[in-house]
Amino acid sequence: MAWQRKILRVDLTAGTCTSEALNMDWAMAYLGQRGLATKYFVEEVAPSVEPLSPANKLIFATGPLTGTMASTGGRYSVITKGPLTGAIACSNSGGYWGAELKMAGWDMIILEGRAASPVYLHIENDTATLHDASALWGKTTWDVEPALRKIHQDSQLKISSIGRAGENGVLYAAVINDLHRAAGRSGVGAVMGSKNLKAIAVRGTKGVAGIKDPKAFMKATQAAKAVLAGNGVTGEGLPKFGTQVLMNVINEVGAMPTRNFRDVQFEGAKDISAEAMHAPRETDGKANLVTNQACFGCTIACGRISKLDQTHYTVVNKPEYWAASGGLEYEAAWALGSANGVNDLEALTYANFVCNEDGFDPISFGATVGAVMELYQMGVLTKEQLGIEAPFGSAKALTYFAECTAKGEGFGPEIGLGSKRLTAKYGHPDLSMTVKGQEFPAYDPRGIQGMGLAYATSNRGACHLRGYTVASEILGIPVKTDPLETDGKAGLVKAFQDATAVFDSAGICVFTSFAWTLVDVAPQLEAACEGDWSLDNLNVVGERIWNMERQFNNAAGFTNKDDNLPKRLLTEAAKTGPAKGLVAGLDKMLPEYYAERGWDTEGRPTATTLERLSL
Amino acid sequence: MMKSLHIEAAKCTGCLQCEMACSFENYGVFNPAKSRIKVFDFHETGLKVPYTCTQCAEAWCLKACPVDAITKDKSTGAMMVNEATCVGCKVCTIACPFGTINYVADTGKVQKCDLCEGSPACADACPTGAITYIDADSTGIDRMRTWAAKLENQTAGHAD
Amino acid sequence: MRHLIIGNGPAGVVAAETLRAACPLDDIRLLGAEPEPPYSRMAIPYLLEGQIGESGTYLRKAPGHFEAQRIALQHGRATAIDTAARSVTLDDGSHLPYDRLLIACGSIPASPPIPGIHLPGVMTCWTMEDARRIAAAVKPGARVIQMGAGFIGCIIMEAIVARGASLTVVEMGERMVPRMMPPGASAMLRARTEARGVRVLTSTRITGIAATATGLRATTGSGETLDAEVIISATGVRPDIAWLAGSGIETAIGILVDHRLATNIDGVYAAGDCVESEEFGTGHRIVNAVQPDAVDQARIAAMNMAGRPAHLSGALQMNVLDTFGLVSVSFGQWQGVAGGARVEVDDPGAQRYLRLEFDGDLLVGASSVGHTEGVGVMRALIQSRIHLGPWKDRLLTDPTQLAAAYVARTQAA
Repeated sequence: MAWQRKILRVDLTAGTCTSEALNMDWAMAYLGQRGLATKYFVEEVAPSVEPLSPANKLIFATGPLTGTMASTGGRYSVITKGPLTGAIACSNSGGYWGAELKMAGWDMIILEGRAASPVYLHIENDTATLHDASALWGKTTWDVEPALRKIHQDSQLKISSIGRAGENGVLYAAVINDLHRAAGRSGVGAVMGSKNLKAIAVRGTKGVAGIKDPKAFMKATQAAKAVLAGNGVTGEGLPKFGTQVLMNVINEVGAMPTRNFRDVQFEGAKDISAEAMHAPRETDGKANLVTNQACFGCTIACGRISKLDQTHYTVVNKPEYWAASGGLEYEAAWALGSANGVNDLEALTYANFVCNEDGFDPISFGATVGAVMELYQMGVLTKEQLGIEAPFGSAKALTYFAECTAKGEGFGPEIGLGSKRLTAKYGHPDLSMTVKGQEFPAYDPRGIQGMGLAYATSNRGACHLRGYTVASEILGIPVKTDPLETDGKAGLVKAFQDATAVFDSAGICVFTSFAWTLVDVAPQLEAACEGDWSLDNLNVVGERIWNMERQFNNAAGFTNKDDNLPKRLLTEAAKTGPAKGLVAGLDKMLPEYYAERGWDTEGRPTATTLERLSL
Repeated sequence: MMKSLHIEAAKCTGCLQCEMACSFENYGVFNPAKSRIKVFDFHETGLKVPYTCTQCAEAWCLKACPVDAITKDKSTGAMMVNEATCVGCKVCTIACPFGTINYVADTGKVQKCDLCEGSPACADACPTGAITYIDADSTGIDRMRTWAAKLENQTAGHAD
Repeated sequence: MRHLIIGNGPAGVVAAETLRAACPLDDIRLLGAEPEPPYSRMAIPYLLEGQIGESGTYLRKAPGHFEAQRIALQHGRATAIDTAARSVTLDDGSHLPYDRLLIACGSIPASPPIPGIHLPGVMTCWTMEDARRIAAAVKPGARVIQMGAGFIGCIIMEAIVARGASLTVVEMGERMVPRMMPPGASAMLRARTEARGVRVLTSTRITGIAATATGLRATTGSGETLDAEVIISATGVRPDIAWLAGSGIETAIGILVDHRLATNIDGVYAAGDCVESEEFGTGHRIVNAVQPDAVDQARIAAMNMAGRPAHLSGALQMNVLDTFGLVSVSFGQWQGVAGGARVEVDDPGAQRYLRLEFDGDLLVGASSVGHTEGVGVMRALIQSRIHLGPWKDRLLTDPTQLAAAYVARTQAA
């Protein structure tokens, strides 16, 4: 049994930690991690709950393959109602923390209520205790990790924590583990901060035992690893270039949102690309990239480890930033770079370090800065308000805003609202490049039409990790489709969304889906877990999870009107590149998508659909 | 030719497949805490270093054992802990200067790398070739042995 | 060449085997004062617990091991040495000639000058015969007083409790294992011991023992009386050297040896618990009665006896103790040195303790409780004098990175 069959419930208001048995009926229907934790969440929390209130809950959940030898089996997700969107939030992270929680004997932690004063949770195998964290409040995640290791005298203690952004209620604050792995999106860190919970420190020495058929499992995982190793993207591209392998590719196809989506190609893309990270710097002759790095169990190792140029303006005389740390992933490079027209690789890397250090999402942050810069160009926001001149392309403005947002100083708290609230506050809500209040990632729906539908219908707001049709439309995985075409994209988006829900619920990384389909995942799950994890059933499980999330959002007040894209993408055509002259064809795809899903025209699952999915 | 584990730290990504493979081989459980090979993660530099027993010639563990529970396997050259004989006194854990023989509270015995009877699970599991099992005279294990020799000179230096 | 080794404990056995490997043709004779095959006193607590039988304590398990090595085992106690004649006298009056002699006769329990210390029911816990007597006397429900909570006292406590006895430990010093662990760590061992139902009296001296109708009655310095069926005297050991008086071999507390483990007499070496040698790092002379050091000394002594010059840079203090499952270790100058930096983390709730002592950027001492992973690197960092460089400050911030520091400074350069 690859589940530990045990969950930890922490009542922060009462200060209690209790153990309960995992609901195995739900596990059979929702697998684990994203699916299973969301099931718990929707059963226990009213859809109308105010995200930053004590009535909201926060779940840290692993999947059945977390902590096993399945490649990338180290993932965990944080599930809550997101303060940025008001929708279901589910942010996934790698590193080592998730596996450690599993090794300690827990499938998930459900956190409820609000502590009267700052606390952290310490878990050592079966023992979970809340400790005073007042001495840690106000500290960065980089300070918290070594401090807790010293306090508990455990070099192997794994820590998931919030920085000052989470404390200060930045609406896209992240939960950071292992210094630079993030449950990054939708503001799960703000919910953690609202509960006065600074960190969860975990040590597990019990391990994961009870794999259903160990021999078959080892065989299945070895076969699946061979698929990853033999695939051009997961075997070569990602280890060497990381997700940054996409920077030049996406720019070339004219789907690189630039300067708050005013343009679809960025002239500075090459300066912030994977190739640029590999190239020796003029200043010190060293490359920005030090090495690649794996998360727990991962045989891809796409993680970037970078070192800053010590003479760069951002870190002169700041040796605390001279050590190696988490470098730019494509999304961060885009959001901090192209979205603002900034092409200073070191500045982006520094801003990324700050995002990790104080725990906030570089996508939403960078995209919000893009809106701020546009408002500055328009004269709506001024240097006096902002504390700095902030035209598009200003690296200094970007890094200044990163520091302000991290510390909650100056204009930082405004940027911490996210672009939807900020642009509305300053009278230009159309300039917010968001869906359901969450900022877009790095693919322009005018150049990759399927992504427009994926963004519009994503259950956690605009997101690339809910249905990554880029794989098909650009990379030809598993089959090539035309990125400029809307036909057939409804079915494609649905298929990606449902499959992704399974990957996210299994405990593995969605990046394996560059090489794996559910055909590769099914045998690993079948060998590890009791239950029916055949390909057919996995497709149903994925669809069930998607509809469960949708039901929650609908009950929380979302309607088909929220399955939309900003006016700019629907009315302002792409100016250059292959997509020149195109807008996002959402209106053509959305009705077809609803039909594919078995939803009514209002975007509500029909009774037949719910019955088919046993919902 | 005797084989050794050959570690090329620069190739290590920190995935810990080796640690899981080790614990699975020896305990049937995925549990890095019970692994006999440990990956050190130097986050300041980005370097990760898989680290385990080199089966050193000095064999401090073997010599310090008061009950003859550690013997040298003739075919692999590995120092082997005989669990039936080990009383769990932990003297070997303070005698071994590499920290690569450790007490396991669950079993009440010590454990160390035994080269899996000549087919090390860690090397099999390593996806990047950072850990290989090859002829001893071509391994970079010399570096660890250099340090073994340095301590040896402190404690038992021959031919002064 | 005839090699005679007096004492068949770990030092004697390792010396004999080292000699055999170095000198295939020489005669090697191992003299043991007890009737058993060479065995380990370290294993006696496990014998008392019932984890092993007597044969489990034997230093070599393979049948015919010594015969195969052509190491002659002889039962007998040495009573005198004629260094001029190169001859050892045994308690049966016989003489054994030698060309090279190793004295590895170990230590004997101290016998505190207390009225009643020789009463039946008062026992030491040192030899196999002692172990048999304790096993016979310590039955479930028996009341046992243990005098001494030093290293040896602490390693036998658990076995006494495991036999179902009700135990009171009386220690003269102000804490348990005062010569092995600092106060913070020692307090944890005490807490663990008391949690297992053992009564612990520190700064307390037994001033007298009397026989009663049912057993024994001990009186403490404060006048309290303690009744028991068995009193175990574990107040320490000292080198067994009284028999060397008049031999011309220089002794102080132990037999004085140089870095080659040679005594002042040509051809005579000494190793193990009977030796007093220079401490690593301080230059002070100490009796360092610990197993790994005894074995190292035996190897060096044997190499020199075999005509292969070798030296030991000094005796490093190192100890490991398991107190009812709580593992503690200490190395080197764990008390610290003048002018050196220290980092100490003390978590009594979790029963975890870690303390490092530096001299410049060298680690010179360390102690811990509740840590079992990679503790051996403490020895390497101290004894190899590894300059820690930037890692010293990192360790002062986070001492749990000790193994990482070792790997970084040696393997990851």
